[in-house]
Amino acid sequence: MIELSNVSKTFTLHNQGGAVLEVMRGANLVVPKGECVALTGASGAGKSTLMRIIYGNYLAAAGTVKVGDVDVTKAAPREILALRRDTLGYVSQFLRVVPRVSTLDVVAEPLLSLGVAADEAKDRAAALLGKLNIPEALWGLSPTTFSGGEQQRVNIARGFAHEYPALLLDEPTASLDATNREVVLGLIEDAKARGTSIVGIFHDEAARARVCDREIDVTGFSPQAAA
Amino acid sequence: MTPLLSVKDVAKHYGNHIGCTDVSFDLYPGEVMGIVGESGSGKSTLLNCLAGHLPSDKGEVIFDTRVDGPKDTLKMSEPERRMLGRTDWAFVHQHARDGLRMGVSAGGNVGERLMAVGARNYADIRSEAVTWLDRVEISEDRVDDRPTTFSGGMQQRLQIARNLVTGPRLVFMDEPTGGLDVSVQARLLDLLRGLVRDLGLSAIIVTHDLAVVRLLADRLMVMKSGRVVETGLTDQVLDDPQHSYTQLLVSSVLQV
Repeated sequence: MIELSNVSKTFTLHNQGGAVLEVMRGANLVVPKGECVALTGASGAGKSTLMRIIYGNYLAAAGTVKVGDVDVTKAAPREILALRRDTLGYVSQFLRVVPRVSTLDVVAEPLLSLGVAADEAKDRAAALLGKLNIPEALWGLSPTTFSGGEQQRVNIARGFAHEYPALLLDEPTASLDATNREVVLGLIEDAKARGTSIVGIFHDEAARARVCDREIDVTGFSPQAAA
Repeated sequence: MTPLLSVKDVAKHYGNHIGCTDVSFDLYPGEVMGIVGESGSGKSTLLNCLAGHLPSDKGEVIFDTRVDGPKDTLKMSEPERRMLGRTDWAFVHQHARDGLRMGVSAGGNVGERLMAVGARNYADIRSEAVTWLDRVEISEDRVDDRPTTFSGGMQQRLQIARNLVTGPRLVFMDEPTGGLDVSVQARLLDLLRGLVRDLGLSAIIVTHDLAVVRLLADRLMVMKSGRVVETGLTDQVLDDPQHSYTQLLVSSVLQV
């Protein structure tokens, strides 16, 4: 489902005298259906960079990144948008939403953009918010004022609203208490059972051991390791 | 899929000075494209050339018309282009006063566009106007008031209602949230996003506000000195800018 081959990444810093930073070389990764792969490595090793390359946020300098039939490195913006709408979900560490929009609408939005009827989308959103223990009194409020853990759970509900065939998870269990951590791990296990391919970053070792089938140390993709 | 708008090599000079040059892109149905750049970068000149408000020096602006399919709007006759401007195209000005008739009631402002495309039944026009005012969160009891009695944010929302009532397929927006306070901006952003999604509109939005494009635009075009220096998916251009000017622009934003 997700297949990276020979991916490299450089940053050219034009405002620092055109310095070129090579941060990744020769990254290969294959994630078949129903498998969850954990990216590991020290902070700054390039875990998030690799996730952003898969999501199309970062432009790869070379190589191919296939998600389903789409090569993210060569696809036109509208093809990537369609991919993100239908196929590839991303739960980032930060919630980025239009201010003033209610939590229920924030979670239902991915479904609405797929053309799901408003009632059905809101029912699904409500079910997820309930499951993740967000008090119903908060559903009508914008999540911008919520606590860190609540925002994280809203973000997760949004990421799981549509059953994407491929998912990227950036620290989904960080800043969660034991009960909610359990709910999130359950959601991940359900997604795997459906055949979802998952790439994740988990600093929580117990969580990683429980849901991940393999670990990939991204330090192996650094230019020094490849040289 | 046929692009809704296909722009080829559009240029506009003011004497020896470049307004904009070498601009080409395709916009597909349902896409929202942002154009960013500092003031004087040519983004408003480009928008006005595309919308036919300014004559271009050269190039083609091909629009996929409902009846005749793709047609170069720069070669259209004036009546034909005016008709397009009243039906399939809409233009939201930065200053609502430029897009509204200040001496006419709010309902009249919305109804006028309907009448321009042939609506004649007063009751229908009025009820359609009220529906649209409600959509942009202007209450029904203000329908007979003139826009001069409205706040800036309300005027902007009224302008949007006036523009969208005829069901356009392409909306040009020039700094639609500029000059509004932040709470009103947020409301307007939410409104615009909902309308784009529900009506399947395509839009070209000129702004200097990167936060606005991140939330509204699918794609981004960065302009400097009249030229396009970078294009791409909005979050990719903002998170991994390639051109030196874009890097400077992104790193110059104040964090709140």
